[in-house]
Parts: sequence; structure tokens; C-alpha cells
Amino acid sequence: MIAEPLTRPAATHSDVVLRAVDITKSYGATQALKGVNFDVRKGAVTVLFGENGAGKSTLMKILAGVESPTSGHLELHGSKITLEAPTHAVDLGISIIHQELNLCPNLSVRDNIFIGRELKTPLGSVDYRAEHAIVQKLMVRLEEQIDPNTLVADLRLGQQQIIEIARALAADARILIMDEPTSALSATEVGVLFKVIQDLIDDGVAVVYISHHLEEAIEVSDYAVVFRDGELVATEEAKNIDLAWVVGKMTGRDAEYDFRDEPRNYGEVALSVQNVSMVDPTGAGRLSVSGVSIDVREGEIVCLYGLMGAGRTELVEALAGREPVAAGRVLLGGIDLRGRSIGERIAMGIGLVPEDRQRDGLVQMMSVGQNASLASLLGVVKNFLLSRSRELRNVEQQISDLQIKTAGPAAGITSLSGGNQQKVVIGKMLLTEPKVLLLDEPTRGIDVGAKGEIFSLLFREAAKGRAVLFVTSEISEALTASHRIVVMSKGRIVREFDPRTSTREEVMAASGESEIGTHPIGEDQ
Amino acid sequence: MSASAEASKTIKANKKPFNLNGVLIEGRALIALILIIIVFSLLSPNFLALDNFIIMTRHVAMNAILAIGMLMVILNGGIDLSVGSTVGLTGVIAGSLLEGLSIPVLDVFLYPAVWVVIVISLAVGVLVGFINGVLIAKFKVAPFIATLGMLYVARGVALLITDGTPFSRLSGEPALGNTGFLDILKSSPLGLPLPVWSMIFFALIFALVLGKSAFGRWLYATGGNERAAELSGVPVKKVQIGVYVLSGLCAGAVGLLLTGDLSSATPAAGQFFELNAIAAAVIGGAALSGGRGTIRGTLIGAFVIGFLVDGLVIVGVSQFWQQIIKGAVIIIAVALDQFQQTLEKRRSIRTVTASIPPTPPRNENRNPLTSAGTS
Repeated sequence: MIAEPLTRPAATHSDVVLRAVDITKSYGATQALKGVNFDVRKGAVTVLFGENGAGKSTLMKILAGVESPTSGHLELHGSKITLEAPTHAVDLGISIIHQELNLCPNLSVRDNIFIGRELKTPLGSVDYRAEHAIVQKLMVRLEEQIDPNTLVADLRLGQQQIIEIARALAADARILIMDEPTSALSATEVGVLFKVIQDLIDDGVAVVYISHHLEEAIEVSDYAVVFRDGELVATEEAKNIDLAWVVGKMTGRDAEYDFRDEPRNYGEVALSVQNVSMVDPTGAGRLSVSGVSIDVREGEIVCLYGLMGAGRTELVEALAGREPVAAGRVLLGGIDLRGRSIGERIAMGIGLVPEDRQRDGLVQMMSVGQNASLASLLGVVKNFLLSRSRELRNVEQQISDLQIKTAGPAAGITSLSGGNQQKVVIGKMLLTEPKVLLLDEPTRGIDVGAKGEIFSLLFREAAKGRAVLFVTSEISEALTASHRIVVMSKGRIVREFDPRTSTREEVMAASGESEIGTHPIGEDQ
Repeated sequence: MSASAEASKTIKANKKPFNLNGVLIEGRALIALILIIIVFSLLSPNFLALDNFIIMTRHVAMNAILAIGMLMVILNGGIDLSVGSTVGLTGVIAGSLLEGLSIPVLDVFLYPAVWVVIVISLAVGVLVGFINGVLIAKFKVAPFIATLGMLYVARGVALLITDGTPFSRLSGEPALGNTGFLDILKSSPLGLPLPVWSMIFFALIFALVLGKSAFGRWLYATGGNERAAELSGVPVKKVQIGVYVLSGLCAGAVGLLLTGDLSSATPAAGQFFELNAIAAAVIGGAALSGGRGTIRGTLIGAFVIGFLVDGLVIVGVSQFWQQIIKGAVIIIAVALDQFQQTLEKRRSIRTVTASIPPTPPRNENRNPLTSAGTS
């Protein structure tokens, strides 16, 4: 915002087709966007950079009418618009390809592409023949040999992604938003996608592009926009940027916490993962985790860093007992965990704070206290019945220890902010007195202040002798809030780092996020 | 600290509407029940007479016991369509045991004592529930389908055992030592019929299970969010099997009570009972999606249905209209429930939005480590 007048490229105003003005967006007490001004230009690719939770996806959802802004407005071709619904945005020529696929697997490719906008014959029935012909043309253009009558469920993930793209093309989008479109694509498919993007630009379509693969994103960009903590921090023309610039802007400010110099008192090996492999349930014969070995000692905090889809979530879910291990061993304090249920593992001292708080962490109908005590109920049973007083004492202890801001144990869990909800989930696991605490993206969707609190809490628990293994996609967290960084990529452990002596670029390069240093990036586009 | 001061402030602000919601959900069924009592008392002076009241409560009792079992299943997010057939089956089992169990291989007739008959009958109810539970939890058959199948199977077994004709020699013979079955079931300790006592007994025990045991909490958690419950170490499969076993147990008890009531064990007994049980739980505020519902509400729901039907009979409304009115009451109850939940959701969104500070207190905790350390 501040730097914008200086860095905005010398483009004429008429290039701007869609403009977001002073957009803010709040979810409960969390502010995802803090007064963002953002321009989309026709015939150009605008790339959004930023870490997870920086606000990119939220802004895109607002542009596509999926969410409405808390304040601020949108301007399309200079006139103010209010998007009522995603279909409204599509009617105005704005299409979005979501990070998560939005397809009906039980319907055919053709039906998915025209869902909600079916072509009609004069009699009012669906004009399948016309739809079929259009889909065939789209498939030729996308260089995919997919029959329009194929069920989406029968397609590979990458092909499904292509169908999403085809759907946007069929809607004749003038503004096309792509949120991580390549995460499921093979190298060839990415090549085709980039060619399609070039075609679209030549047609004057405006493309907004988000990707965690920085180099790939830099390659397609005409304009680069960087988000950090809900604010737009930089706008620049592609010819003036390189990877170092992007990484610097993305993570510019140092984290408000730094635990690197905390004393390290490690004990015995608490968790020993030995040569573990897992089968990917979605891809036949593929391994989601292959040959992973990690030891975590008592009092040690290990960060599992990597891109989405690197196998980190699969690994910690297997350790917790939710997913089966195909090969290898997991030892907890020397005892093999094979065949143990989740409940047995929790009783033995290993529990998981899951990635998706709403789906896997909380029972929304229950109170703060009931959620917090759920995993440790058997510990407060007296004469076959729950001892309310003991349960309450435990819960109130956690509320004060973790500084959970709530009206009390009886308050509904949904009345809390994201950060406080997360503390309840962590408190639930701490009440089981775990020897090993696993956390999957523990700071996802919570604001910066709460992030620091959560990490200070982890270090405090580690100081008591608990072993901690957490997954993150945020480089600053990996570097400032762990004793050791283990980088995963494509199901394997590729390298380990000591956060005290490593740089962002090194760690990110190891994860495959960028290949800085291995080959030069440059102006050659 | 400022955080705790803030928290205590919100306690005062939040406590009142929080309790009010619970009262409102059950209150709706209670208001309906009071309305039914007032209207029918005005229409018929006999309605509130003590005798009639006890008779009506006796009618309510069996449905209430089934509804309590059904509530367990509904809290888990399931449904049990087999309870009516299980009622018929357990009654028939009791009847066949009382008339004498023939074991052709050994060429003997067994005449078990009455308490053995009762235990075996209840065990059959439990077994039916266990099969339902295993089909659903282990073989992943949808609850609707598994229990629909069981509805036919249990009824068929009852018909096979009886060959279609009821057992009516249930009083036993002193020489065989199996007398007293009907005496027990037809007894009225302290002036209340046994079914009413049974209802009170089941309600108290199950309220204790739901409110005070780990199983009860696990049940609400699995119904509310099964994935979260599972990751918290809740044995979700055992809970799921458990609820069908409890439902089967309730059906077994009702099978015995009904046999006593009719003084005969007929294979057709209990048809459509499952529908009344579901209706009672739903009118009482249980959500078919799971996780929400109480014993108290379910009892009230059973009384609403029972008193409504008996009242309509007393007032002389035709059978056909009775059906229509009963159906309408069920639909209105659930529609009001949905309406109320939409209102609540809107209200809570409004409170959350109102509580958002204009600027986020971002830098208030610059070094959380030291602030955590000093508190």
C-alpha cells in the first residue's frame, strides 16, 4: 500500500480490469486481510506470492464471489460491483480454479464442465450434443485425450485439475484466477498449462496466479504481488524481480518470536521412526512416504518442513495411528507401536494435534471444557462415573496454563477465536500427559500473536521432557521455533538442518520450493 | 492479568443466553405437552382423572423405553429400524420358553424358571442389537439398511418360532416351577404399573450413562464429530456397537412388558413401534445428524405423542384424523427446531462479529516467552 505509487509499473489505467479497493476480511477475531488494494490487468499474469495464511487465498475467494469482504469493495471496468455468489462472478466473466478440487466425482467430465450453466435446447432440455462438442474442443486445446463421457472419479488427480481449468475456459472467463493449479500436475501437464495461459493472455484475458513453486510462478508472471500477514507489501513488474527479491519480501520481517537460543537438554530417544513407508491411497502403487527415519529425543523440538503433498501429514497421521504403515517400524520409548489403536497410542504417550482444526480437532457442539477433556476422560473416572470436580480442575488448569481466552469451561467452543480453539486442541492432548506430541501445521489460520504463544507453549512443554514433532510449511517457523529441521520432499527426507546455522534459501531449496543456487534464475523469459 | 479480567467479564455476559438455549430447545416440547393437557382437559373432564392419567402413562411407558434406546442410536448419528421387530421376537422367545423348549435330539422338554426366561429374552434383544452394531461398525453397512434388513429378519424368525400362531399359555405350572411370569409383569407396586416403573428405571439409568459416564461423553463426541473423537482416542467402533446393543436391550424389555400386557406372545407384536420411538426422540429435540438430544427431552416427546393419541381417542376424533394430526405434530416440531437453530446461528454470528476489535491487538505480546514465563 505504502510503496505502491513508487513501485507500480508504468501501466496505463485502462489495463486494469478488476480492482479490489481497501478490502478487509475478518473471520471471528482473526483478520485475514487488512486493507488490501489490488489490481488485475488484462492480457497479463499477475502472480501472488506469500506464505500460508498471508491472505492470498482469501483475497481470491473474495474476487470470485465465494466470500464477501468485511469492508471495502470491488470495481470491474471502473464501476463498483457487489458479488452475491460465485455464479454471479462467473456471469461477469470471473472464474476461479480452487486449490481444492470442486468436482462431482460421480458425474461425467461433460456434466462437470457445464454444471450450473447447462446448455439448453429450444425445448428446454439439456443440449448434450452441443456440450459434448465444446468439451471435445476444449480437450484438444488442453492436449488431453479425455472422453467427455468419462466419470471424473476415473481420472487421475492431474487430469481432474485439467477439467477444472476446462470448466473455467468453457465459462468464457475474462478474468481467470488459478489457486495452486499445478500442485497435482506432472511436468508435461504444467507445460501444457503454461501454453494455455499464454494463449489466454494473447486473447486479452487477465490471469491471477498463485503457486508455492516460486520459480514456476516467477516464470509465468508479468506482475508480482507479495502478501504478508494479510497485507499487500509489494507490487513489481516481472522484469525487475528474482527469487531472492520474492523470498525477501515474503518473509521480510523477522518473526516476532525466536526460540533458537533456548537451552537444549535432550534425554533418551522418545520416538524412533525407522524406515517407514506408506502407500498413497489415491494413486495406485505410489508411495506417499518412502523410507523415512527420524529419531526425536525427550526435550527436543523437531520441525518437519516441506511443501504440501510432501508426505508430512501422512507420516504424522501414521504415527498417531490413523493411517496404516506399509513398511518399517515406529518405536515409542522402545516399544513397537504396530497394531495399536489411536486410543492405545494416546494412553502410551503419543498424540496428534491435527492439521484441520474444525474437521479433526474439535467437536463443535461441545463446550470448551468437554473438548479439552475428551482425550483424557478415563483418567477422571471414579466408580464407573466421571468425576466432574476432577475433570473441571484439569480443564481449568489448562485454561490458565495455556492462557486460553474464554468465558469458562462451559462456553461453546465455537465462541473462541482460531488461536484459542487451537490451544484447546493442544490442551486436550497435553491432558493425556504425552511423551511425544505431534502437531500438524499448529499455527494454520491463526494470527501472529497467537503463533508466538503456541510456540512458547511448545518450548515450555519440551523443557518438561516431552518430545515434539511439528509439521510446517512456513519457513520462518521452521527456522525460529525448532531445535532441528527435517526437510521432506516427495515422500522422502532430503536433508536435515540446524536452524542456528541455516538460511531460509538453503532450507527452501532443499524442500524443492525453489532451486536457488542450483541454476540461475533470470531475465531469460 | 488483563486476559483473565477480560475472561471474567465475558463470563457474566455469556452465561445467561447459554443456559436459555437449552431451556428453549426442550421447552418447545414441554409447551406442546402442556398445551395438549390443557386442551384435552377442557374437552373431556375424564382426561385428567388419576385413573386415566395412569392408563395413559402406561401407554406412554413402552414407547418411552424404546425411544430412550433409539436416542442412544440417534446421538451416534444412526437409526434403528429393527426395534419393533425385536419387540415381537423377544416376546415370542419368552412365550416359547414358558410353553416349554423342546430339544428333539435329547428328547427332552425344558421348562426354565421365570427369571431365566427374562434374562434369555433380554439377551436375545442384546444379540439383535449386537448384530446390528457389528454390521454397521465393522462391515460399514449404512445404519438404515442394516436395521431395515434386521427388521425383516427378526420378524421372520418370530414367525418361524411361532409358526404364525401366538403363545398364550404363559402362566406356567406349579409342578414345573415356572409360574409367576404374568404376575410379575402385571404387578403394580405402589399403585404404578410395572411398565411405568420400568420407564422410570430406564430413564434414570440412561440419564446417568449419558450425563456421568465416559461412554456418554464419547457418544456425544462421536455423534458431534467422529473424526475428532477418533483422533482423541475415543473407541468409536465400540461406542457404535454399544448404542445398538443398548437399543436392543430396551427393545427386549419392551417385548417382555408387551407380552405381559397382552397376556400372549404374538409374532406380530410391536409393528411400527420404531416409528413412534424415532418420533418421540425427534420431538424431544434430538438431531438425526447426531450429537444432540437428552433423555428428558425424549421422555417429553414420548408423552407428547402418547397423550396426543389417547386424548384424540377420548375426545372421539376419528382414526383417520388421528394419523394426520400425529404426523403434523412431528413435522411442526422438527420444522420449529430447524427454524430455531437458524436463529441461533445468526445470533452467534452477530455476537462474534460485534466482538471483533476495530484493530487487531497484534503487537501486544511481542515476546510471548517472557510473558508466559512470568505469569
